[in-house]
Amino acid sequence: MLEIKNLHVEIDGKKILNGLNLTVKAGEVAAIMGPNGSGKSTLSYVISGKEDYTVTEGEILLDGVNILEMEPHERAHAGLFLAFQYPLEIPGVATMTFLKAALNAQAKSRGEDELSPGEFMKKVREAAGKLGINPDMLKRPLNVGFSGGEKKRMEILQMALLGPKMAILDETDSGLDIDALRIVAEGVNAHRDPNHAFLVITHYQRLLDHIRPDTVHVMAKGQIVRTGGPEIALELEERGYAEYLGNAA
Amino acid sequence: MPAVKETVETVRQIDVDQYKYGFVTNIESELAPKGLNEDIVRYISAKKNEPEWLLEWRLDAYRRWLTMQEPTWARVHYPQIDFQDLHYYSAPKKTPGPKSLDEVDPELLRTYEKLGIPLREREILAGVEPQNRVAVDAVFDSVSVVTTFKEELAKAGVIFCAISEAVHTHPELVKQYLGTVVPTTDNFYATLNSAVFSDGSFVYIPPGVKCPMELSTYFRINEQKTGQFERTLIIADKGSYVSYLEGCTAPKRDEAQLHAAVVELIALDDAEIKYSTVQNWYPGDKDGKGGIYNFVTKRGDCRGARSKISWTQVETGSAITWKYPSCILRGEGSSGEFYSIAISNGMQQVDSGTKMIHLGKNTTSKILAKGIAAGRSDNTYRGQVTAHRKATGARNFTNCDSLLIGQQCGAHTIPYIESKNASAVFEHEATTSKIAEDQLFYCMQRGLDEEEAVALIVNGFVKEVLQQLPMEFAVEAQKLIAVSLEGSVG
Repeated sequence: MLEIKNLHVEIDGKKILNGLNLTVKAGEVAAIMGPNGSGKSTLSYVISGKEDYTVTEGEILLDGVNILEMEPHERAHAGLFLAFQYPLEIPGVATMTFLKAALNAQAKSRGEDELSPGEFMKKVREAAGKLGINPDMLKRPLNVGFSGGEKKRMEILQMALLGPKMAILDETDSGLDIDALRIVAEGVNAHRDPNHAFLVITHYQRLLDHIRPDTVHVMAKGQIVRTGGPEIALELEERGYAEYLGNAA
Repeated sequence: MPAVKETVETVRQIDVDQYKYGFVTNIESELAPKGLNEDIVRYISAKKNEPEWLLEWRLDAYRRWLTMQEPTWARVHYPQIDFQDLHYYSAPKKTPGPKSLDEVDPELLRTYEKLGIPLREREILAGVEPQNRVAVDAVFDSVSVVTTFKEELAKAGVIFCAISEAVHTHPELVKQYLGTVVPTTDNFYATLNSAVFSDGSFVYIPPGVKCPMELSTYFRINEQKTGQFERTLIIADKGSYVSYLEGCTAPKRDEAQLHAAVVELIALDDAEIKYSTVQNWYPGDKDGKGGIYNFVTKRGDCRGARSKISWTQVETGSAITWKYPSCILRGEGSSGEFYSIAISNGMQQVDSGTKMIHLGKNTTSKILAKGIAAGRSDNTYRGQVTAHRKATGARNFTNCDSLLIGQQCGAHTIPYIESKNASAVFEHEATTSKIAEDQLFYCMQRGLDEEEAVALIVNGFVKEVLQQLPMEFAVEAQKLIAVSLEGSVG
């Protein structure tokens, strides 16, 4: 599904990713764990096409197609979704309006008709209900005045509605209390199937208690330095990242 | 979101630098000789067959104007205007004054049809619910060519006609109120307007009457080398209500044209006036050539207790905009509102805002201004809020937000706040933001392309103000905003 080969990335001349290799198969839930500053968020931004970064070498393939030359919205149309660590506020734009704009834009890219207002409302209400999102919140401007937990739930709602084949969750657990964490995890788990893949970026083991990964990658200094099963996460929880900070350079 | 989609579609259909209303109507005009002197003032007055008092009023203004200096405090730059190189009067030849539709030159009717302003009542009546009807006063260059629904309005006691006509049919009202809000001595352009104003709309709503339909004036500048100086006077008598709309367009021309209007509103006890403007004068081309200089004085006087005046404006056109629709809050418990969206793109310059002058007790005002600057434009909000010594309990809330699109535009906020009464409470909030790259990226990550993302964010930014416009115009304004910002991205 997602293949990253020898990826080198700079921002303002500073090297962040150093020949990173990563493969996520269809149906797989892969976790990336790593200390602060290891380049985890950069990786998620580069995959989804944020402008500020310069890719100096390497490629990112989605279903075998190199997406590096694609605009962010084209990557979204190709089935890529990023749940932001810090979701953006869009003042004056009702959440419902935003969801509709996004769904319609993606339907258009597939040459499909827009959902009728009735179908759309039904779909959103159902998905929101599962995530414990109050319908009144959907009338409020997107993310404006939302709590940290509400913002993260809204990200998962968008993911649920857009149904991407490759979803990246960037520190979705940060700022969540345990109840919200569980709801968010259930939202992700509900979409696990052989056609969907997830890349879960996190600093802590906590989230992985709820979203059981198939694979865990350890990232340090812009590279994947170790790959294994869920047991790695537990090990990291105990021992911390110290050993990786020494030998990755 | 259909509205956004529609705006984006509209944007696609129009090339950069394609002002939709830029056509010229080929019609023979009667022009005053170029230049300005007492004879020209007399010429205009004679054309209108005006009474002696009005001619004297004009001449007083003209003599005063000769002693005045063009103001330079606004943050706008333009070459010196040669006031002797303009025509101060231009009228389509065949229609000496507003008469019945049958007498209006068909070429003029076609012009307004092309602008989307239907003037034939029968056609309007065919497709529109009575409550959605809009009566129109169509002003073409210096004269009002026709006013619709006059009879129906007259049944409610509402007077809606060209001001040149009101001078003859209701001289007592004109004489009583003209120049009482914007005196002939007020400022350089208002004084010039007082000397040479040619036409405009007159509205009188009798006591206790809620005007049965929206009233509107549609201004069109057609002739070249012509200044347009219209004068609008609206009086809402005790306990009455009126909602009034103003629209404007002009042909594309390489030379800049001057538009110096004066609007006076008077609200007596418990009366309410809602005045909305969708200003779409030709903004000039992308290099700043041509366009309208929109130097306008608009002021409302809340003369009566508990009266209310509300200004809503969507400013997208003009090469230069210089206007501050204001409220004098004289009556006890009166209130003023100002809602504004000012958009500048290309080389446009906007210096606009409002004045809220609190004179009476317990007067309240609210200012909500949204400036959007794109291209190489400059966008300034300038606002004044003052409380007089006697304005006990005065309250103002001001919020002005600026949004920048791109790297080469500028936004400025210049508030003047002065209180001479310790009990007055004035609040001022201002923000300047760029459409954050992060916001755009966020929207695009969800599948919106860049234009759709900008349209969505901008519509969100101006939403509170758009909600103040009458429904039909809100949709129009939304489209207009998208078109004005077209080409601003990337």
